[in-house]
Amino acid sequence: MMETISLNALQIYWWLLVSVIGALFVFMTFVQGGQTLLYTLGKTEAERDLIINSLGRKWELTFTSLVMFGGALFAAFPLFYAVSFGGAYYLWMSILFCFIIQAVSYEYRKKPNNFFGTYFYERLLFINGSVGIFLLGIALGTLYSGGNFIVNEMNLSHWTKTSYGLEALLVPFNIAFGFMLVFLSRMQGSLYLYNHLDNKALEQRTLYTLKQNTMMFFPLFLYVMGSMLFQIGYSYDEHTSIVHTESMKLLHNFMQYPQLAVILVLGIVILLFGIYSALFKLNRRAIWFSGLGTILTFTLLLFILGINHTIYYPSLADLQSSLSIKNSSGSYYTLFIMSIVSLLVPIVIGYIFFVWRAMDKKKMTIEEIKSDSHHY
Amino acid sequence: MEHTDLLIDWSRAQFALTALYHWLFVPLTLGLTFIIAIMETIYVKTEDIWWKQTTQFWMTILAINFAIGLATGIIMEFEFGTNWSNYSWIVGDIFGAPLAIEGLMAFFMESTFFAMMFFGWEKVSKKMHLLSTWFVAIGSNLSALWILVANGWMQHPIGMTFNPNTARNEMHNFSEVFFNPMAVNKFLHTISSGYVLASVFVIGVSAWYLIKRRDIMFAKRSIIVAASFGLISSFYMLISGDESAFEVAQKQPMKLAAMEGLYKGEERAGIIAIGILNKEKKIGDKNKTFLFSFEIPNALSFLGYHSLNAFVPGIEDLIYGNKEHNLISVSQKMKEGQIAVNALTLYKKFKKEGNVSKAKEALRTFRAHEHYLGYGYLKTPKDAVPNVALTFYSFHTMVGLGTWFLILFILVLYFAMINEIENKRWILYLALWSIPLAYVAQECGWIVAEVGRQPWAIQDLLPVGMAASNIASNSVMVTFWLFTILFTGLLIAEVKIMLTQIKIGPEAH
Repeated sequence: MMETISLNALQIYWWLLVSVIGALFVFMTFVQGGQTLLYTLGKTEAERDLIINSLGRKWELTFTSLVMFGGALFAAFPLFYAVSFGGAYYLWMSILFCFIIQAVSYEYRKKPNNFFGTYFYERLLFINGSVGIFLLGIALGTLYSGGNFIVNEMNLSHWTKTSYGLEALLVPFNIAFGFMLVFLSRMQGSLYLYNHLDNKALEQRTLYTLKQNTMMFFPLFLYVMGSMLFQIGYSYDEHTSIVHTESMKLLHNFMQYPQLAVILVLGIVILLFGIYSALFKLNRRAIWFSGLGTILTFTLLLFILGINHTIYYPSLADLQSSLSIKNSSGSYYTLFIMSIVSLLVPIVIGYIFFVWRAMDKKKMTIEEIKSDSHHY
Repeated sequence: MEHTDLLIDWSRAQFALTALYHWLFVPLTLGLTFIIAIMETIYVKTEDIWWKQTTQFWMTILAINFAIGLATGIIMEFEFGTNWSNYSWIVGDIFGAPLAIEGLMAFFMESTFFAMMFFGWEKVSKKMHLLSTWFVAIGSNLSALWILVANGWMQHPIGMTFNPNTARNEMHNFSEVFFNPMAVNKFLHTISSGYVLASVFVIGVSAWYLIKRRDIMFAKRSIIVAASFGLISSFYMLISGDESAFEVAQKQPMKLAAMEGLYKGEERAGIIAIGILNKEKKIGDKNKTFLFSFEIPNALSFLGYHSLNAFVPGIEDLIYGNKEHNLISVSQKMKEGQIAVNALTLYKKFKKEGNVSKAKEALRTFRAHEHYLGYGYLKTPKDAVPNVALTFYSFHTMVGLGTWFLILFILVLYFAMINEIENKRWILYLALWSIPLAYVAQECGWIVAEVGRQPWAIQDLLPVGMAASNIASNSVMVTFWLFTILFTGLLIAEVKIMLTQIKIGPEAH
């Protein structure tokens, strides 16, 4: 079997998996979005408890998705892992700090004698949901806008700016990408809570925050999409591996693979339908449409970077150091072995679906939390 | 870019700090999840509500510990990239795979069923809930399996070849990596030590209730489950520890020599049961190694080579070489390593210039000397020696405490079985004060494993000095202090919350 699959096919397969995991993480950031809405939506302590306990059933899945995204990148594209994490040091460390503080906040927030007080942990959740997601957007934005790194002939890398990744905060595209993710997470957070909670007051407020954040999200989304498709991109020569700039590279990719363009458009339409069905049809299940739309859209936006001789991580310091799935992947053997392991993915998705369904059969109420043996 | 010593020191300090903090919380999760699963199984079998209450109390304790374990754990994965980026490239092809598999097979299982375990009491059937509890236990232990496969490979790298074109090691045999004897022993020894810590923890907390003469039934039941679990785990820990030492003797003789403070190799070598190292002792001088020591004759030869008469090499034999026992000196290895490093550089140069014949010649030279590639990056032979005092004392503390826990389990179980435990206050106090000792033993174990293999990030292949990211040392210093402040703050919060929950007690559930 090993002989029948090419290295290129395995690289594309793994880039697709990384894209899907990345997109799933983007969807799962509804947890972070919900955290930022804690005080906007929850006007009383009981309401805030309800929101936290609803999000608290899911936060670990989001956390795990992020860890999985990192693990898959490490295993499948170790040069990216080395170059980006080791170079954009301050940026990634800032992101990690934002996620470290989330992990304890749910559990410790309401526990007696918790040293810092409830409000402190709620602030940490807000930082995780806002700054954490914004910075992640900045980091993802550099996949399109580039980073300041040089890779030598031994494939060892260094960053050319002593701000170690923080300079990406000055790039308008990255900023727009970061804010776009923040507003998207708040939209999804509103939809999730609209779906999961049985509370009249919160219902109305979640629809209001959905509308507000949608209005902020779409202009940014259009700007990001426009920049991606119509600005300069980067590609490499199939035979010489020499990297060069190419105007509207990602648009060319979509034109060359129209089926991918169709899926992208479909993703955006489903996302829009989800929002429409919540706002105008009061459909409680709208999260599933917007979620599917988000996953399809972001999978495609990431995946398009890995195909058709495209550079997925351009170097602004030395164009020839730029990374593609060809020059940054694991070996054939490792990719093949991990591809076999990846056959477990449907089982993982299966039990996540089963548990999610079992836990969310009934809408959550304030009374349920009070009677639960364990709550946040 | 040349790595400075300062950068290496800060990078090591940060990794040590984050690993030691993380390791404060992982062993309890590894063991407590199983203890909880056993308790819940008894509840489902007997339908005795007391067991449900007992299970739920320990779940609350687990949740507090689990949260901070996750918080300190996420950084560990990403630090390989942020602080050890050269490492990530040079061995990422092998090391990354177990990490990714860990995420897929273990983390998702843990995190998915965690929600059902804590919040699903009224939402799913008893059996389904019990299954979710077992899945959390299995998931957390699976996570340990994969990370220890990765760590075992760092201690004994096999199943890969160096590819000069990509300038990295590439996996060629997954089963060799997975069934690496070092990894298997590490996994068994680590999880069993986690079970021991969790058992000591449960017994210690329960002992406190008995000292306070409250929640008697709960405490006695918890003690019986934990002491039984701990006793079995202790025997297992001893066996796997013995196997680990055997593997270390074969694969990392320098680590074994440091663990025992053995400077001059000897046949029929004994184990130092108790000893105080002489601070003045330096490699190659005539000073005595110990100011005081009590030795068990022949035991080290037996432990390391399963023969009472075997020769065990000391630090000086490994540094200076020993012709009688076919040991090559480190300086000889360094020469060979430097030839390999230079040949690799030339190979890349000639290949870039298109000089095929010279590239082939350079490659031949590289292949002839690549076995000692890692030594080519050392500055002096003494760089190959880890911190002897730290390794020696950590090892002996770990072994001593491990032995004490075995005795404790036997005593506690005996008195619990004859229903006398609440009257033996001296045992109860010993059990209570054993809790911090269990944490000390865990940290010592980690120090032995990681400090003992210095200077290697990957044994004989990649020294830490070559593995670090090419960043300014100040940047790492900044994040080191941020981690120190953050993790210390969270640790204080965790301890306060946990102590408060223990004071509130199981009745609240």
